[in-house]
Amino acid sequence: MEIVITGILISVACALLGTFLILRKMAMMSDAISHAILPGLVAGYFFAKGPDLFAGFLGALVAALVTVTLVEALKNTQRVGGESAIGIVFPAMFALGTFLVARFFENVHLDTDAVLFGNIEFVAFDRLFIGDVDFGPQSYYVAGALCLINLLFITVFYKELKLATFDAGLAATLGFSPFFIHYALMALVSVTSVGAFTSVGAVLVVALMIVPAAAAYLLTDKLPMMIGLAAGIGALSAVLGYGLALAIDSSVAGAIVSVAGAFFFAAMLFSPSHGLIAKARRIERQRVQIGLEALLVHLLNHEGEEGEAHESEMLHLSSELRWLPQFAQQIVGVAANRGLVMQVNGHLILTDNGRRQGQQLMVY
Amino acid sequence: MNLLTDLIFDYTLRNIALGAAVLGIVSGVLGSFAVLRRQGLLGDTLAHAALPGICVAYLLTGSKSPLVLFLGAAISGWVATLVLLRIVRETRIKEDSALGVVLSVFFGVGIMLLTFILKHNDANQAGLDKFLFGQAATVTAEDVNTMTILGVFALLVVAVLYKEFKIITFDPNFAASLGFNDRWLGVVLTSLIVVAVVIGLRTVGVVLMSAMLVGPAVAARQWTNRLEAMVLLAGFFGALSGVAGALISVSEANLPTGPMVILSLTVIVIISLLFAPQRGILWDIKRFSKA
Repeated sequence: MEIVITGILISVACALLGTFLILRKMAMMSDAISHAILPGLVAGYFFAKGPDLFAGFLGALVAALVTVTLVEALKNTQRVGGESAIGIVFPAMFALGTFLVARFFENVHLDTDAVLFGNIEFVAFDRLFIGDVDFGPQSYYVAGALCLINLLFITVFYKELKLATFDAGLAATLGFSPFFIHYALMALVSVTSVGAFTSVGAVLVVALMIVPAAAAYLLTDKLPMMIGLAAGIGALSAVLGYGLALAIDSSVAGAIVSVAGAFFFAAMLFSPSHGLIAKARRIERQRVQIGLEALLVHLLNHEGEEGEAHESEMLHLSSELRWLPQFAQQIVGVAANRGLVMQVNGHLILTDNGRRQGQQLMVY
Repeated sequence: MNLLTDLIFDYTLRNIALGAAVLGIVSGVLGSFAVLRRQGLLGDTLAHAALPGICVAYLLTGSKSPLVLFLGAAISGWVATLVLLRIVRETRIKEDSALGVVLSVFFGVGIMLLTFILKHNDANQAGLDKFLFGQAATVTAEDVNTMTILGVFALLVVAVLYKEFKIITFDPNFAASLGFNDRWLGVVLTSLIVVAVVIGLRTVGVVLMSAMLVGPAVAARQWTNRLEAMVLLAGFFGALSGVAGALISVSEANLPTGPMVILSLTVIVIISLLFAPQRGILWDIKRFSKA
């Protein structure tokens, strides 16, 4: 139960930011940040002389901001593309972290595996005690605080975020600094990654930021709706993923990501507005519509001419309009169904209705 | 001098250095195309996407031979490529988000399978994660042989299709107008990157793989404006950092090889970015301060 609640809180915190990462085409920054915090974490532990939560948090935050600044700086040199800048900075940071662990922390429990996957299974063991009173798992407070901070940020700066996301140029003209919004967002992504990854691991943080928001992006065109959907899909993945993990006895983090992935692919296929199936049907509908219009116009053109009989033969349609025979069949079938044409001994004749529609088409 | 003789005669060191060098050459060459095609993060996604393949290959065959696991990794990397292309081409999701989605979902599924194997099979699974997080110290001669065969194959394909790759890299529209199938060539190029990634998993691991593709190419780009030179130089830089990383990690006890390879590479990249003639950042600063 405590695992599920932690999972829900973290997924909501991540989804709130993820929406803007997706829209601002910076999804991979979250991947970079979540890996690059390793050396900061190690440095924090080093100075605190032990796995101290606060020192680790601070170090990780510094490392995250260093990463963001380095990527920006590299991009600004114009020598390196944005994606290459990311692809080179975060492995360097991660390698530095692994190096530091090997050099100074052989005996400290800081497993790079744990950094990657986290141990949400153990959240119930780190509890907050004040005096002797048990106030529940620490992760409640960390994840709850993250949710609150992120929610506060996007409510207070909603207008600025929206403007900077959809029209950075206008935002700059109006005097809102895109620079400020960018770094504020990156700082929050860092804080959220750091806060979340101790319980769920780097990969789950990335997944929860990107996947639910990407699914939501396929389902709606409205920003508030997208934020809500992303949070909802994230929370639902946490609940169902936990169930799945229990059922097959596997990693909770992995199961949550898998469920979120299933939501994404479902949205990709079945979304009523942007899904592949809806898109295929739209294209098919347009194909039939265009075919119908061509047929009506063709018949209308030759109505009353000498060659009308020839022009209105089924076979002729294939060669004149360059239609495959089965497509011609289909279009004529649809046209007959809608009462636009009639077949009289192998010839097509426009009905009154069909003639009227054909004439309307010719107006343009 | 001692190190040099070790490099030739010491079994472990020779395998580590050879493995890292093969990886460096192959990823340097293929990374050049990836970077120029602005697909620098593709390697990162494909490396993560290999995990479920490794797990499924093990679940199906129960074998841990490098060839079987490499094959599993390659197949799931390839499936990830196709899924990625589909998402980018047919939905409104942008490439950046698509990379993130494929990366995290494949990896999440992989983690789920890995823990499943961990809990349900006997201790025999130990070592699966070596194929993911890279443990160069345990690279065997059999691993090196498999990597070399894969690497030579990939390089041969690049040699044969060099002209085609060059044209789809710089002007895909022109390539299409000449009648080259740029979509198919793109898939071939990406599949070769999958091969490079598969070689790299064993030595440097998932997280560091992206740097092995991007780093040598970015460094090489600084020194030349010609693709031929860039490709060769990137291969050289890759091999250099591989061998240097292996040597450093052995000379100093307890240093992991993968990270040392990446840190050596990072040094090469920094030097190239700063000091390369013409494109070096330092010359910019000098020019500005004079003006």
